Amino acid sequence: MFSSSLGKKYLMALTGLVLVGFVFVHMAGNLQVLAGQAQINAYAHSLQSLPWFILWGSRLFLLAAVLIHAWTAYSLIVENRKARPHSNDIEVTKRAGLASLRMGLTGSIILAFIVFHLLHFTIRTIYPEYAEMKTMVGSPDETEIHDAFLMVISGFKQEAVSIFYVVAMALLCAHLAHGFSSVFQSLGIRSESWRSKLDLMGIGYAWLIFIGFSIVPVSVLVQKHGVYETYDPSFFSQEIEQESLSQNPLNNES
Amino acid sequence: MKLTLKIWRQSGPKGKGLFESHTLDGVSEDSSFLEMLDQLNEQLLGEGKEPVAFDHDCREGICGTCSLTINGHAHGPEDSTTTCQLHMRKFRDGETVTIEPFRAKAFPVVRDLIVDRSAFDRIVQSGGFISVRTGSAPDGNAIPISKVDADDAMDAAACIGCGACVASCKNASAMLFTSAKAAHLNLLPQGQAEKDTRSINMVQAMDEAGFGNCRNYGECSAACPKDISLDYIAKLNRDHAKAKIKKIFS
Repeated sequence: MFSSSLGKKYLMALTGLVLVGFVFVHMAGNLQVLAGQAQINAYAHSLQSLPWFILWGSRLFLLAAVLIHAWTAYSLIVENRKARPHSNDIEVTKRAGLASLRMGLTGSIILAFIVFHLLHFTIRTIYPEYAEMKTMVGSPDETEIHDAFLMVISGFKQEAVSIFYVVAMALLCAHLAHGFSSVFQSLGIRSESWRSKLDLMGIGYAWLIFIGFSIVPVSVLVQKHGVYETYDPSFFSQEIEQESLSQNPLNNES
Repeated sequence: MKLTLKIWRQSGPKGKGLFESHTLDGVSEDSSFLEMLDQLNEQLLGEGKEPVAFDHDCREGICGTCSLTINGHAHGPEDSTTTCQLHMRKFRDGETVTIEPFRAKAFPVVRDLIVDRSAFDRIVQSGGFISVRTGSAPDGNAIPISKVDADDAMDAAACIGCGACVASCKNASAMLFTSAKAAHLNLLPQGQAEKDTRSINMVQAMDEAGFGNCRNYGECSAACPKDISLDYIAKLNRDHAKAKIKKIFS
């Protein structure tokens, strides 16, 4: 099924579709940072306390999707280079956009970003102190839970980290601009009348993901540097002031 | 018109090719691109040099024999035009024109600008046919086919098999050709009996010939002198997937 050239394209499309869906859910989850510390902490805690087989099942499923997507892309690129050993003296590109021509480059950087992101916020080996951040805010019972809000704010207060995240999301935007509509082409779920609509949907989706993911790091930096003088610190939440003034990261000058 | 021609010369399949420059004067704006090359060859013969080898046959844009990558464009910069139908008025006086063979591993150079496109024949031989006798013209008309399907199949059948899709593809993929050749049969009732084996075998023959993989750039369709739609690639992707799934459960 997946051994032929088209089989590999199906693998790219199916794993790509899984990841297209995942980034939306992840983005929607992230945006709860804007609803406040209690909201995002409770959400993060609810994910962490899922039954182990659901939690690890979905983690392994997503990891497998990323690895299959990357490995298949690599093998397709190797085959493609072999298929055209001699390029034209004058190389003309009539229709393909930069996003579609640079899928390998954007994909590789996104893969590196995923590794960094997992070490940064999920496994927390880059800053082990993130694992020590505990709070009662957002806890469903009387026990302390991980302070995802504090971790995210501390993480994005570092300009280099925030910029890397935003750049990676811009590349993801470019990757999706070609990838989203290619899913339909590779699986054959597309006709001439739907072609331009699906292309537009892909571009719209790519921008939605880019903006949705970039809001949080950009907001943190905007607040840190006081770009807007009239900015209200309670934008992130009222709860911070009421419940955790002592460890409110937004009030600390770093 | 006076032109500087930068032409790929290669003695044979194993030869190491290189570009050679020639100046050609007195080119008529009304001549076709191939007539201009004829004129160059006359000049080369007069100088006692070897003429440039290039493919050509009908010279009216329907046989698919002419090829050439002209200034980086398969069949030249004009849309929906084969090299033989391209006229010299599309070029400027004094221009340097770069002429290369179609570049792909599956299209080895035979000599100069001639490439071996028999890989396309092997793809057609693997499934681009139907094995039943369809009778004569009146019998053909006895099978009702909707106007929509007939037009769709005819649009796919317009493919002349020139190989511009492969030459213009960054990955030398033959998906536009293969999908057109599969679609014009897969769309019609006569082609249904062998639809699944056709969809699998033609893709297999395409892979074995050493063509690259489709990356949905659309460069093929943009270069196609017959404007074959990317839709047929989506259709072959669909037909191939269905055939493979049916094979698993059969």
